[in-house]
Amino acid sequence: MKETPKKDDVEYWRWQEYRRVLSDKKWNNKDIITAGVDVGSVGSKAVIMLDDEVYSWGIMRTGSNSPESAKKALSWAMEGTGLRLNDLKYIVGTGYGRVNVPMANKAITEIACHAKGANYIWGPSVRTVLDVGGQDIKAIHCDETGRVTSFLMNDKCAAGTGRGMEVFADLLKIPIEEIGEFSLKVDEEPPPVSCTCVAFAKTEAMGFLRKGWSKEKVLAAYTHAMAIRMGNLVKRVGLEREFVITGGQSKNIGIVTRIEKALGVKCLPMPNWRESGLDPMVAGAIGAALFAKALYEKAQKS
Amino acid sequence: MITVGIDLGTQSVKAVILKDGAVISRGQAFSGFDPAKAAEQAVGEALKKVKLSINDVDHVTATGSGMDMAPYSNSTISMMGADAKAGVYLFPKARTIIDVGAEEARAVKCDEKGFMVDFVVNERCAAGAGAFIEAMARALEVKLEDMGPLSLKAERASPINATCVIFGESDVVTLIHRQESKPEIARAVFDAMADRVSSMVHRLGINPDVVLVGGVAKDDGFVASLKRKLGVDVLIPEYPEFAGALGAALIAVSRVKETQK
Amino acid sequence: MITHYGYSNGSGEYYIVIDAEKCIGCTKCVVQCPQSALELVTLLIDLEDKTVAAVTEQHRRAIKYTCSPCKPESGKAPCVLACAEKAIWCVWNPR
Repeated sequence: MKETPKKDDVEYWRWQEYRRVLSDKKWNNKDIITAGVDVGSVGSKAVIMLDDEVYSWGIMRTGSNSPESAKKALSWAMEGTGLRLNDLKYIVGTGYGRVNVPMANKAITEIACHAKGANYIWGPSVRTVLDVGGQDIKAIHCDETGRVTSFLMNDKCAAGTGRGMEVFADLLKIPIEEIGEFSLKVDEEPPPVSCTCVAFAKTEAMGFLRKGWSKEKVLAAYTHAMAIRMGNLVKRVGLEREFVITGGQSKNIGIVTRIEKALGVKCLPMPNWRESGLDPMVAGAIGAALFAKALYEKAQKS
Repeated sequence: MITVGIDLGTQSVKAVILKDGAVISRGQAFSGFDPAKAAEQAVGEALKKVKLSINDVDHVTATGSGMDMAPYSNSTISMMGADAKAGVYLFPKARTIIDVGAEEARAVKCDEKGFMVDFVVNERCAAGAGAFIEAMARALEVKLEDMGPLSLKAERASPINATCVIFGESDVVTLIHRQESKPEIARAVFDAMADRVSSMVHRLGINPDVVLVGGVAKDDGFVASLKRKLGVDVLIPEYPEFAGALGAALIAVSRVKETQK
Repeated sequence: MITHYGYSNGSGEYYIVIDAEKCIGCTKCVVQCPQSALELVTLLIDLEDKTVAAVTEQHRRAIKYTCSPCKPESGKAPCVLACAEKAIWCVWNPR
């Protein structure tokens, strides 16, 4: 496996830029070579697939220009493979900036692509996906083929998003990558904060600190409330095993354990993507590339 | 007959003293961490202005989110009830009272006697009340009292995320770095607030006259946006933030009269 | 595919829910909405483009305020009453 990191290998939810090629594969023009490009508000990811299997991918920071970011991400995923743009039979664009993937044959919603990608990464047993991003939370229910049956996206309220967590990390002066561990350092789980609203919860937390609560206890109370909230979002679309958590918050052990407790279900573990090459960050792009193959084949038949 | 109304709000406590049903004094103190103490201060200040003591008072009614912590109180009244009573007292034709506080916003429908008939509340979300304007003012690095005049300079509202205080703050910081116009951002803040408030009122049905009370009523920027969104004129009393305490003091009068019967 | 347009926050949960499989894109709900909060969009359903109703981008994050005047909790919101396919309904749970 050939990996070319762009920055230091650091696993925070400020993900690192890198590209990877699964070099035990070699492409030729008989393969159905497709690409998925997922332009997010923070990161752009591109995946190249050979007949339904991931071949290479790249993740990089989205710049101020979405079409440029899309092009760069795709070029980067192709770098060193010998592939050129016209070797790609079909390209699907997705993500927040999907309308701005200039070379795409089609644009598909990030929800559909994310579910398909999760199905690829974790397998056909996945039915519920909770994706917690920096500024939104998505709850998705899908079938055994990764087809979405029900979903919701919450981007109105910061509670539970990465941004909301940052507010508390800042308040308690704890580095964001440590808040998960920190929140678990309590002998007894405190009751959740009564305010869902991050702005009001902050005031409530300051009251607790004045009462002599430790930082760990305050963080535990807040994380507890956020986990309950996220659990309720999952229940709204219908909780069904197997359950997975993706997005930046999937690395927050304090959140993950509490969501599992709130729902009474353990989520599937993160795949060992350094070995298998399946980083959940590229789930959307994988799904897009899979759709690309399906749409290409459909077009060939007609 | 001397009655006192205390409004224990999340940010500040207001007190109003009535003599035979007419306002003779007002007092105010920041709630801080001890609303009960702030209430004592507010009432004390009001009493001192007219050289009265608490023993001269016939009845004290408390209202506001902290009403159960009020010292001296003989009774309590819901915020909606207080708003309705004060609204009709101040403007006899008032039938819809809008109260935008620091953490909560309400719209109350009332009859000609000042009895609450229906109400709608925006609560538990900072974006629905004054806290939103305060947070945006901080993000814009503008004094709260300057937000109004600033917004009135704008012809249009900048497209900011105005549905959440936390997202809004991040948005504003980014927009400021990009040199976006501050007046247009301020206007967007007030337009968004006015939209939310106006939706509450529409749920009740707009019944003129419409009165606006609460601390936020002092803000010209908000008032301009609200009038635009509602499409009707809005009446504002001279001391809008004291409406709750006034209403409570008026309720105290009826409570005294009831016991006298 | 069932899409929940709206949000949940401290004050409750509020969604206008549309089932893209049942929706036939007849626009009756779009026409009935007094806030112009609904529109037709194209979604990929089973690899085919389908035209169905959706809540406009602008209203999704303000749904409580947009829809409140129609009293969705009554089950008699105009959009719901307009739909012959039972493809649209409201989840309205204030805390």
